[in-house]
Amino acid sequence: MTIQFNDESFRDDYTFHNSEWAIKRFPFPFHEDSYMYSVNMEQHRGGPKGSVYEMRFDVDEHYVSEMKDRAIVLDQDPLRCQSLPHMTLAGWDLLELIMVSKSEDYPDLFELHRIGNKWRWINKPLGIDHSFTFMDETTLPYGPMEYITRQAQGDFAVLDQRDEMLWMDAGMVTTQADWSLDFDIGMNFFEWHAPVPKAHEMGIFKRALKFLLNIQQGAPARRLNWTMTVNPLLDTSPENYHKWGIQKTTLTPENIAHKQHLRVELQTFFRLPRSNALVFPIRCYLCSFQDLMTVPKWGRRLHRVVRDLPVELATYKGFIDNRPMMLDYLSQFDDGLPTSPGVWPDLETEPPLSK
Amino acid sequence: MSKFEFPKSIASRPVWGTLEVRSGEHHLMIAEAEGAEAVIDIATPDLMAKAHLIYIPKGTDFSDKLQALNPAQFYEGPSYAAALPRIRRVLEDAHMGLQVYLTGTEGMMGQAMNEVMAVGLPHTAIQTEHRGSVARRMQCVHCKGVTEDVEVDPFVCAHCGLNLFVRDHYSRRLAAYQGVRVDAEDHGNVPVPKGIYE
Repeated sequence: MTIQFNDESFRDDYTFHNSEWAIKRFPFPFHEDSYMYSVNMEQHRGGPKGSVYEMRFDVDEHYVSEMKDRAIVLDQDPLRCQSLPHMTLAGWDLLELIMVSKSEDYPDLFELHRIGNKWRWINKPLGIDHSFTFMDETTLPYGPMEYITRQAQGDFAVLDQRDEMLWMDAGMVTTQADWSLDFDIGMNFFEWHAPVPKAHEMGIFKRALKFLLNIQQGAPARRLNWTMTVNPLLDTSPENYHKWGIQKTTLTPENIAHKQHLRVELQTFFRLPRSNALVFPIRCYLCSFQDLMTVPKWGRRLHRVVRDLPVELATYKGFIDNRPMMLDYLSQFDDGLPTSPGVWPDLETEPPLSK
Repeated sequence: MSKFEFPKSIASRPVWGTLEVRSGEHHLMIAEAEGAEAVIDIATPDLMAKAHLIYIPKGTDFSDKLQALNPAQFYEGPSYAAALPRIRRVLEDAHMGLQVYLTGTEGMMGQAMNEVMAVGLPHTAIQTEHRGSVARRMQCVHCKGVTEDVEVDPFVCAHCGLNLFVRDHYSRRLAAYQGVRVDAEDHGNVPVPKGIYE
C-alpha cells in the first residue's frame, strides 16, 4: 500500500495523531487481562499482513515526522548518537541490513542499487538519492550507523558480543523510555538493566541474555515492552527529564482521554554478519487512551491491567501518581465481560461495550 | 578505622575488595586519604621495596608513616587532578605484570581504574579497597557536568545548579553515579538533604 505520511509534531503543540489504520495495527502489548515481566521472545519472521510485525523494519504514517523529530534532538544533543571506536564495522552491517530490508519490503519507497562497493540509495519519503562507497566512511555525511538511523524509526542499540556477554557499545537513542545512552554506553547487559526492579530476582535477564547470545544470522527475534507517556512525546529522555517531567502533572479528568498515551516498544534483535554484533532496534508506538478505547476489547483489558499492576512496576514505569485518575477514566470502558485471548483487536467477534 | 559496609545494591554498582600482597616485580599504589591505612595494613619491606606509592592526603596526615615504609618511590600530590599527569607517565612505562593497588574514595578508584585499563593492563591486575569518605562522584544526566565528593542526597549540581537525587546506577566509563533532577515533576519541592546512606 502507499502510505500517507502525517505532518505532525511530537513536542510543543503535539499535533501527532493516529489514523484509523494506525489504531487498528497498534501493537497492543497485553495478551491477557494482567501483566508481569517475562522474556516473551518470539521469532521475527513476519506477521499478519498490514500488522507492525509484517516487515523487518516497519514504516508507517509517522515516518517522516519522526525523522524530523530525531534531527531536532540530535541538533540539540549530539551525545544521543555515539559509537565506540571498535563498532564502526557493526555500523556498516546495520546500514546494509536496513537498506536491503527496506528496499525489498517497500520497493515503492526505497531503492538500493549495488555494483560491487558502489551503492546508490534512494529514500523517496525523505527525498534522499545518495551514491556512496560501501565501507568507505568518507563517502557518507555521518558514520554509517548515524547515517542510516537518521532514516529509520525507533532507537537502535548496537551490542558487541564478547566473553559470553553483550556490551552496549554504540547506539542512536532519541525516543527512549528514560535511559541514557551517554551514561550506559560501554556497560554490559546486567549493568545497563541494573535499575529495573524485580526482573533480576526473577532471573529474567539471565534467561534473556542466554537467548540473545544465541541469535543467529537470518533468524531475528522480537518482543514487546510498554510504559505510559503523558503527551505524545518521543523524547522522554533522562537528559531532558528536567523539562518534560512536569508534563506528567498536567493530566486532568478532562484531558486524560487525549493526553495520556500508551507507549509500546517493539523490540527486535538481529545478528549482524561481519561484526557478529547484535542490533537491537527499539521502535516506539504511541496511542492515546481515547483511540485505544475505540477497540472494546482493549478498553476492557487496559483497565484490568492498569488496575492490577504491582505498585513497584507502576512506580518504575512512572505513572503511580496518575494511576487513580487513569482508572477513573478507564473503568468507564470495562463492563466486566470476558476478553478473547491474544493481542489482536478482534473487532468483528468481540462484543461492543455494554455499559 | 573500621571499614564501611556498603548496603546491597543493583548490578551496576561497583563492589570494592580488600587489598592483599601480590607477587610481582613492580607495584603501583595510589592511596587517597584514609586509603593510606589500607597500604600500611599490607605493607611488607619486600613489597614496598618494589612499590611506587602515590599519596593524596585530602586533609589527612599519613605522609610520615607512609614514607617510613620505605617505598621505592614516594609522591605526595595535593589532589587527584594534580597527581594525574604523573600517574599517566608511570602507566606509560608499565609492563605486563604490574600490580596496581587503589584505595580511598569510590571516585578516585573509579577514575584511576579507567587510566589503568586505558593502557591495556588487564582488570585482574587491579585491586581496590574502599577507605574513608563514602562521598560519591556524580554525573548530572541533564548538563553532563561531574560534581565531586557528593555526601548528601539530594544535592545541587555544581555546573547547572539543578537539585539532583543520587542514584545507585553507576557508569564505569564515567567513574560516576547518575544524578537526576529531584523536583522535575514538582518544581521547587526539594526534600531536605540527608546523608546518602542515612
